[in-house]
Amino acid sequence: MEKILTVNNLTKKYGYLTAVKDLSFTIEKGNVYGILGPNGSGKSTTLGIVLNVVNRTHGEFSWFGGNTSTHDALKKVGAIIERPNFYPYMTAIQNLKLVCKIKDVTENKIEEKLELVGLLDRKNSKFRTYSLGMKQRLAIASALLNDPEILILDEPTNGLDPQGIHQIRQIIKKIAAQGTTILLASHLLDEVEKVCSHVVILRKGEKLYSGRVDDMMATHGFFELKTAQSEALVKHLESDGNFGEIKTENGLTTAFLNEEMSAEVLNRTLFEKGIFLSHLVKRKESLEEQFLEITKNQSN
Amino acid sequence: MIRLLQIEFIKLWNNRASKVLIIAYFILLTFISLVAAIKFDIGPIKFHLAELGIFDFPYIWHFNSFIAAFFKLFLAVVIVSMMANEYSNKTIKQNLIDGLSKWEFIYSKFLTVLALSTVSTLFLFIISFLLGLGYSSYDEISIIFSDLEFILAYFVKLVGFFSFCLFLGILVKRSAFALGFLILWAILEQLLFGLLGWKVTSWETANTIKGFFPMQAMSNLIDEPFTRLSAVQNLGDQIGEDFKFDYAVHWYEIIIVLAWTALFVYGSYALLKKRDL
Repeated sequence: MEKILTVNNLTKKYGYLTAVKDLSFTIEKGNVYGILGPNGSGKSTTLGIVLNVVNRTHGEFSWFGGNTSTHDALKKVGAIIERPNFYPYMTAIQNLKLVCKIKDVTENKIEEKLELVGLLDRKNSKFRTYSLGMKQRLAIASALLNDPEILILDEPTNGLDPQGIHQIRQIIKKIAAQGTTILLASHLLDEVEKVCSHVVILRKGEKLYSGRVDDMMATHGFFELKTAQSEALVKHLESDGNFGEIKTENGLTTAFLNEEMSAEVLNRTLFEKGIFLSHLVKRKESLEEQFLEITKNQSN
Repeated sequence: MIRLLQIEFIKLWNNRASKVLIIAYFILLTFISLVAAIKFDIGPIKFHLAELGIFDFPYIWHFNSFIAAFFKLFLAVVIVSMMANEYSNKTIKQNLIDGLSKWEFIYSKFLTVLALSTVSTLFLFIISFLLGLGYSSYDEISIIFSDLEFILAYFVKLVGFFSFCLFLGILVKRSAFALGFLILWAILEQLLFGLLGWKVTSWETANTIKGFFPMQAMSNLIDEPFTRLSAVQNLGDQIGEDFKFDYAVHWYEIIIVLAWTALFVYGSYALLKKRDL
C-alpha cells in the first residue's frame, strides 16, 4: 500500500498540558480514516501539526514518503479545519481563484467543484453573505480544487443544522466513492461509522486504538430477542455455553455471544425447545458502544 | 515571485477599503502639482509659490520627496490591515494549509511593500520631472538629473517604513492597535532621546544614538527642505542667522534603514514561525 502520511512519536505540549502524546499512525492510499475522540483529545492539534500551522514539540511526520517539503506536499492535500476561513469581502469565485494560485493549479475546475457542492448559483455572492452550511460546502469545494490525494476534514458538520449535516455527509460519500483517501476527525461516532473503514481513537492525546473499524473489538456480536416465555428463554440461554452476558430490559433480552453462532441455528434450537420468538435480531456493537467500551477500559 | 505578487494583488484589490485608500493615495500624490497653482494676490502682497523656486531643478527632487513622504500614512493603513486581517479572518491559517510556506507568506507581503514603494517612487519621479520641466528656471540636462539621490532615499524610506508596518501588523494582529503602536513608538523614540541627553550622555551623543532608532533613521534620510530655499537663505542672511545645514542623503543613513528593514522582515518571519495558529 502506498503511504500518504506517516506520523511517528508525535508530541505537542502547551506549557504543562500535553495535547498530543507520543502518537504514531499511518494513512494509506484509498482508505477512509476516522480520527475519533472526545473534545480536547488532541484531534485538531494533530491535524494542525501535519498541516503546518502548529509547531510540534517532538516527533516526526512525513507526507508521501518524505520526499517533498511539507508546504509542497500540502499542495496535493485538501484540508478544512474547524471553521471555513475565507476572505469575507470576496466572492466564492474570487476566493477559489486565490486558492488556485496558492496551490499552483489551473482555474478550470472551479465551476465543476462548485457544482459538486451545490453552490454554482451563488458563485458570485460575497463569502460573508453565506450561511454556515454554505461556507462549509465552499470550504469543501476549495479543498477539492487540486483533486487532492487526501482530503482532511476536521469536524465538518460542527454547528450545522440537520439538512446541512446531511448535505455534507452526502458530499463526503460521493468523494469517498471516487476513491479519494479521506481523513475525518470527529467526535460524532455515527458519522465516522457511516463513512470510515479505519479509525484512530484518541483520548487525552494518547492513541487507544488504530486499525480497521471491523476489527476494533474481537466480539461475535449479540442477539436481541423477544418472546412471551422470557423466563424459559433466559434459562435456556444461561445453560448454553456459547453465551456470555445476558440481560433483560423492558421485555427485550440481549445475549452476548462468546462464539460464532448464526441466527438460524439459535432460532431452530429455541423452536425445538418450544420457545417461540416474536423478535430476533443479530447485531454487532455499534461504533459508539465499542468506543465507550474502549475508552472505559483505558480509564480504569 | 509573480505568483506571490498575484496572490497579494487578488487579496488587496478585491478589498474595497484598501482599493479606495490606494487610489486616494495616488491622487493625493498628484495633488502636489497643484501646489504650483497656489497664488495669493491680495493687494500689495503677491505670493506665488512656484516663483519661490521650489520647482527648480534639482531642488524639486528634495522638496517633492520630502512632501510626498507624508502621504505614506495612507499606505501604512493598507499594509497594517492587510497583515492584521489575515489574522482576524484566520485566512493566514488557510493559506498555510493550502500550501503556502511561512516564508512565502511573509515574502509575498514584502514583495507587495516593494511593489507599492516602487510605484510610488516612479510616480513621484514623473510628477516632479513634469513639474520641473514646467516651472524650473534651469533646464540643462546635467542640472535636471543631479541630486536624484533624494528619489532613492524616498524609495528606501518607504520600504523601511512599510516593513515596520508589516512587522507591527504581525506582532499586534489588530490593525487599530498596530497603528496606535506605531504612533506610540515614534513618541517613545523622542522620549528615549530626551532621557539619554538629559541623564546619560551629552546631547550630541544622544543625537547620534537617536539616528539609529528606526523612525528617526527614516526621517533623517530626507531632511527638511525649507531652509534650503534661496528665499529663506536670504532671509537668514538678513537677520544674521546662518542656515547652513547638511541636507545631503548619506550612505550610512541608507544602510541604517536597510538594516532595520531586514530586521523587520526577518522578525515577522521569526514571529510567524514560532507561533501556533
